[in-house]
Amino acid sequence: MELAGITKRFPGVVANHDIHLTVRRGTVHALCGENGAGKSTLMKILYGMQKPDEGTITLDGEQVSLHSPADAIARGIGMVHQHFMLADNLTVLENVVLGAEKLHGIGARARARIKEISDAYGLGVRPDVLVEDLGVADRQRVEILKVLYRGARTLILDEPTAVLVPQEVSALFDNLRELKSEGLTVIFISHKLGEVLSVADDITVIRRGTTVGTAVPSETTPKQLAELMVGEELPSPETRESTVTDTPMLTVEGLHLSATDSDGVVRTVLDGIEFTIHKGEVLGLAGVEGNGQAELVEAIMGMRDPDAGTVTLDGAEITHAPTRKRREGGIGYIPEDRHRHGLLLEAPLWENRILGHVTEKPNSKGFFLDNKAARADTERIVRDFDVRTPGIEVTAASLSGGNQQKLIVGREMSHHPKLLIAAHPTRGVDVGAQAQIWDQIREARREGLAVLLISADLDELIGLSDTLRVMFRGRLVADADPATITPEELGSAMTGAATGHLEHEEHEESEGGESK
Amino acid sequence: MIKKFDRNKVVLAVAAPLLAIVAAIAITSVIIAATGKDPFHAYQVMVDFGSKSDSQVWIINKATPYYLSALAVAIGFRMNLFNIGVDGQYRIAAFFAAVVGGALTLPGIVQIPVIIIVAMAVGAVWAGIAGLLKTTRGVNEVISTIMLNAIGASVIGYFLQDGRLAKKEGNLIHTPYLPDSAHFFEIPTTPKPVYGFVVIAAVAGLAYWFLLGRTRFGFDLRTVGRSESAAQASGVSVKRMVVTSMVLSGAVAGLVGMPTLLGVSYNYGTDFPTGIGFTGIAIALLGRNHPVGMALGALLWGFLERTGTQLEFEGYAQEIVGVIQGVIVLCVVIAYEIVRRYGLKTQQRKVGEELAARARKSDKAEAAA
Repeated sequence: MELAGITKRFPGVVANHDIHLTVRRGTVHALCGENGAGKSTLMKILYGMQKPDEGTITLDGEQVSLHSPADAIARGIGMVHQHFMLADNLTVLENVVLGAEKLHGIGARARARIKEISDAYGLGVRPDVLVEDLGVADRQRVEILKVLYRGARTLILDEPTAVLVPQEVSALFDNLRELKSEGLTVIFISHKLGEVLSVADDITVIRRGTTVGTAVPSETTPKQLAELMVGEELPSPETRESTVTDTPMLTVEGLHLSATDSDGVVRTVLDGIEFTIHKGEVLGLAGVEGNGQAELVEAIMGMRDPDAGTVTLDGAEITHAPTRKRREGGIGYIPEDRHRHGLLLEAPLWENRILGHVTEKPNSKGFFLDNKAARADTERIVRDFDVRTPGIEVTAASLSGGNQQKLIVGREMSHHPKLLIAAHPTRGVDVGAQAQIWDQIREARREGLAVLLISADLDELIGLSDTLRVMFRGRLVADADPATITPEELGSAMTGAATGHLEHEEHEESEGGESK
Repeated sequence: MIKKFDRNKVVLAVAAPLLAIVAAIAITSVIIAATGKDPFHAYQVMVDFGSKSDSQVWIINKATPYYLSALAVAIGFRMNLFNIGVDGQYRIAAFFAAVVGGALTLPGIVQIPVIIIVAMAVGAVWAGIAGLLKTTRGVNEVISTIMLNAIGASVIGYFLQDGRLAKKEGNLIHTPYLPDSAHFFEIPTTPKPVYGFVVIAAVAGLAYWFLLGRTRFGFDLRTVGRSESAAQASGVSVKRMVVTSMVLSGAVAGLVGMPTLLGVSYNYGTDFPTGIGFTGIAIALLGRNHPVGMALGALLWGFLERTGTQLEFEGYAQEIVGVIQGVIVLCVVIAYEIVRRYGLKTQQRKVGEELAARARKSDKAEAAA
């Protein structure tokens, strides 16, 4: 497979321009680059979801033009998306045959075929289990099987390891090697260097929407690869000196929350949550997504009302206080889903600057808005936080993800919060913005800010935090010292395999980071 | 830079209604031509007749309740609530205001405010029911306000009978006449006066603009309309906002019947105008919830209705005006959506291009250094 001179102009985000990519049959080819470098756009072009403005795609020596995913599938290209596309209430078998009923029917023949594929590549898929009963790693294998079932010979995996813990990642890599040995081609998208080097046969690096180089894993060090990706020295999330004080800023005690799911069943989503964040402390919360982190954030923000327990901010009880009171009381919030919870996409930047702080200066005076002051302050945020925009009258939707996030961080920091809730603060953000956001958090922490950090990026979590907690099925099951813990050790607690105080094997250390 | 984006905004804002009107005229011309008549002659008749001074007074008087109705609808629209019940709200409000006004005899300075406040309160309560049903029971406001329209009509029907709250006069049944002190002032124009209530309508429009654009409350309301999830995360109590805005919408709806009650009929009878609530929806769409846009929309509506009667004398089908109105609303809705999407796309592209240009420039500077 060969791509030459691919160019795609795309509103708001980094466009692809002049991409060259050659993938050899029967290899694992890694495509790496920072978030926002244009990897996903390129893959969408390969999968027929978007048409390139310029350039050619050649498959086995034949120039092709892919108009839709159906075209791509017909040519043996299959894609496993970052977000799974499975129907929870159907079985694995039903999910696999859905939309491909013509191939082997929906009965015994289909089952036999699934079994055959599963055995051939060591996927270990059980056809009659309901998808909702499967874990993340198993779901991913179902997605891979779905693609193989449709006859794919080339698999595109978009950030397949983002949702996995380290142990699951190595199992996935075994599967990929199996596929490769059977003559299939795998295109593997990732921005995690270690993974790329361990599994890929060839590596192509994308930076700012264009291919900047290729590498052979055996001759490349992670550092060289990183510099190729970033084009400059790699920023590190590491926090050096500790600024933790003895003054508690946020205290959560015995928090319990239940929620009704879509089937009307009441489930416990948070149970017996207890923790304290002191002034100047960053508490990192690790956990596979969907284990109650989002609900915990919403309970602290006042968007969900807990059944039991107390939340105390700087000495004042706020367990049942409305969200606005909490924001006025000094909670800054960087939401996980900025489009849904952090921005008004069709409103200009300066109105987005008011969002969440409408009762505070400089946005309003008493009952009245102060649009002029809000505009002026937006100009300041754009300048100080390096939001790349032609002006403050453009809509938030026209900015790239990283610049949207910088605007949100700037807005929240401008009100000098006592507590900052940062949920995945650098997700989908380019590397430059990432370093800036880390700097902002570190700087504010030095001035006594307490931070609750939630992140799927374990390096970020370990690097920024003073204290680490692990969340599993709505409970805080383990704690660890970020100075000594490794991502692998943290990962085993995230799957529920380890609980209590996590010790690094070679080290003996007392209670968490609080004792530092 | 900022000026450039502002200018684009203005161009786009004017482009949408212009596009809509041109399209509407084109489509209507085809329809008139299809009935075998000359469309251009029809427009000639409309313009000639519509510009007569008695027509102008008539149009303004007709547009006043239309405008108030559009304001009531627009308050809901701005936060994504579809208050279809303005029709029921203004009728039940006008009815009870007429009953109260007819039973009291106070000096005008007290009597008129009392009547208006009763109307606003009744409208607010009637709309508030729909708001409460939505927040407590999750009932869609479209359904509940439609039903409340029917219930409102039945309630009026029950009380509007001889011996209950109304009396019979010839073929008509109506509430007792308001005392002379309750007659609203008129602006003495020739050949007929303009209702003084047009002043109240203008004040209401100004208040609408100020409340939504310049106050914290207005910001919260617009936030909910743009993104409920972001509003909640930002600290707006969405449920309270739903009830508040329905109440507000209903209170403004209560004003809709007042120009008629205080300026023409002085009672609520079986001949009280109906359907203004639905006209308000069309005008709010036409004016894009903008206070000036809706005023122009209301006047346009009045113009079409006035000149439509004249078209009949010229041998055109009487339904033609209804067709024009429908076509205009459709064209406006489509044109706004097209222009909105186009605007969003061009802006994204421009921002992208501009930043790319800036990045290239800084790259070159680095290379040179």
